[in-house]
Amino acid sequence: MFASCADPKTLEGLNWLLCYLTTGKQVLFYQSFLTVLTLIAITAPIALAFGFGGALAARSHVAPLRWVGKGYTAMVRGVPDIVFFLFVPVALDQGLEWIRHKTLCPEWTAPVRQGSDFVVCAAAKLPLSSSPQSVHEIYGFVLAIIAFSVVFGAFAANVLYGAMQAVPQPQLETAEAYGMSRRQVSRRILIPQMWVYALPGLSNLWMILIKATPLLFLLGVADIVYWARELGSRKSAIYDFPHPDWRLWYFLVLLVFYLAMTKVSEVVLRRVTARLTRGQATMAGEAMRKAGA
Amino acid sequence: MSCGQIILDYGLRSIGIGAQLMPRGEFTLCHQFTLIGSGLLWNVYFAALALTFGFFAATGLALAKSARSRWLRKPAEWFIFVFRGSPLFIQFFLAYEALVMLPRAGIDIFGLTIATSWLTKAWAGALIVLFLNTAAYSAEIFYGALMAVPKGDIEAADAYGMTGWTRFRRVLWPTMLRLAWPSYTNEAIFLFHATTLVFFSGFPSFQQKGDALYYAKFFADKTFNPFVPYPIAAFYFVCLTLALIGLFGWVNRRLNRHLPGARPRLRIRPQIIR
Repeated sequence: MFASCADPKTLEGLNWLLCYLTTGKQVLFYQSFLTVLTLIAITAPIALAFGFGGALAARSHVAPLRWVGKGYTAMVRGVPDIVFFLFVPVALDQGLEWIRHKTLCPEWTAPVRQGSDFVVCAAAKLPLSSSPQSVHEIYGFVLAIIAFSVVFGAFAANVLYGAMQAVPQPQLETAEAYGMSRRQVSRRILIPQMWVYALPGLSNLWMILIKATPLLFLLGVADIVYWARELGSRKSAIYDFPHPDWRLWYFLVLLVFYLAMTKVSEVVLRRVTARLTRGQATMAGEAMRKAGA
Repeated sequence: MSCGQIILDYGLRSIGIGAQLMPRGEFTLCHQFTLIGSGLLWNVYFAALALTFGFFAATGLALAKSARSRWLRKPAEWFIFVFRGSPLFIQFFLAYEALVMLPRAGIDIFGLTIATSWLTKAWAGALIVLFLNTAAYSAEIFYGALMAVPKGDIEAADAYGMTGWTRFRRVLWPTMLRLAWPSYTNEAIFLFHATTLVFFSGFPSFQQKGDALYYAKFFADKTFNPFVPYPIAAFYFVCLTLALIGLFGWVNRRLNRHLPGARPRLRIRPQIIR
């Protein structure tokens, strides 16, 4: 990066460290933090939408829809999430390839599962084997996002379902007495009011989402854990910047990163809670009103 | 090979009893059920020991956090923040790297050589991490419960002239446990599920002896078919989770047996990643 870094063997002390920290690989490490933040930024709204859909479905009056909703919320109970993180991407990948195989290669008669192999025609491969490396990486990342969204959507559905139940029943009955349809009651009374009840659960979920991001590593995405292991391992003298096993220090950096994320989230969520509580007919809202008066 | 023979060969494979080699070529349902079930022994081992030791550590930490002296309070607060604020996955990696750095030959203390190599094995190293982790999470739960102990209870204890240890053991502790139990049940389920992370983090599995998910992934990788091994693992976990809920429910009934009327029912909302 810097001109003075051209010959790393001659560097010493701080200069060496400065040059080391600005090598191409290190920059990839820094970028992987962005990968993690991107994952959180994309997953959170999608999971919230999934959860919203799941909670509404679980309250539906149409029985099959209700079963789907209840099944979705029950899915994550009792089974470790990592099972889903390992299962969903592979299952989704094979499912998509199978559909493409059926539509793109109708003349292919051999079974898709042959013994211990999953065989689809070349045109059905996802992504195509001819596509560049970046497409493969993005495809893996998208699968990871879907896996995270499905699992966290189920958590969010649990939380939102509980929040919808917590909205005082008389309010909904009053709305019905005013002649509102079910849909109107949901949209005008239920949904605006449920957020304050959902907030503790959702903020908990947010913390959990942050802490789940290192599992990206298990899904084969080059995330911060991957780079910490890659860069921290011992580099012998044939490398430009030889160093002993520094994985401990790299993981300490990750630890500090996550602790900082937790701390910042705590502060922000406290403010959001205070904002949403203002004027609510709850104990906390009442306490705020009295403190202000 | 009959299913009985497979169970004999692989039923205790995860702890090194039975067949040395992993199955090859044929992966029947019986193979998958047996090996994944044998891996479950590790999950139960980690969860049982970490919860047992963690329970006592958590009580101590909760007391330290509620202590008046800042020398007790601050370290407890920091311990809880560090372990609750960071992912368990990272804690595993960090612990493994730290334990590997210990001198291979052992540490000399006053002529005694203390071996360290066993610490890098999953059975000890991962157990320590899980223990510290659940201690921190449970301590937060217990602390909350301790703060919620009714003032009247403490005043009554004072009126009876109870102090210190007696007051804690007879009044504070039972009430704290009673209040904390529903959340603590969730924490236990949560920790049980977290044990599946062990062999996917830094800790290597020795001679392919791993936990349930380790074997499930083994089959999924070998057969390219995730639709069989993962549901099997999920089935096992659901069964054991229900057993855990039953056990904790029994304790809950016992803790609340003196209360008239409706006992607080356990609300199970498990499954959260740490």
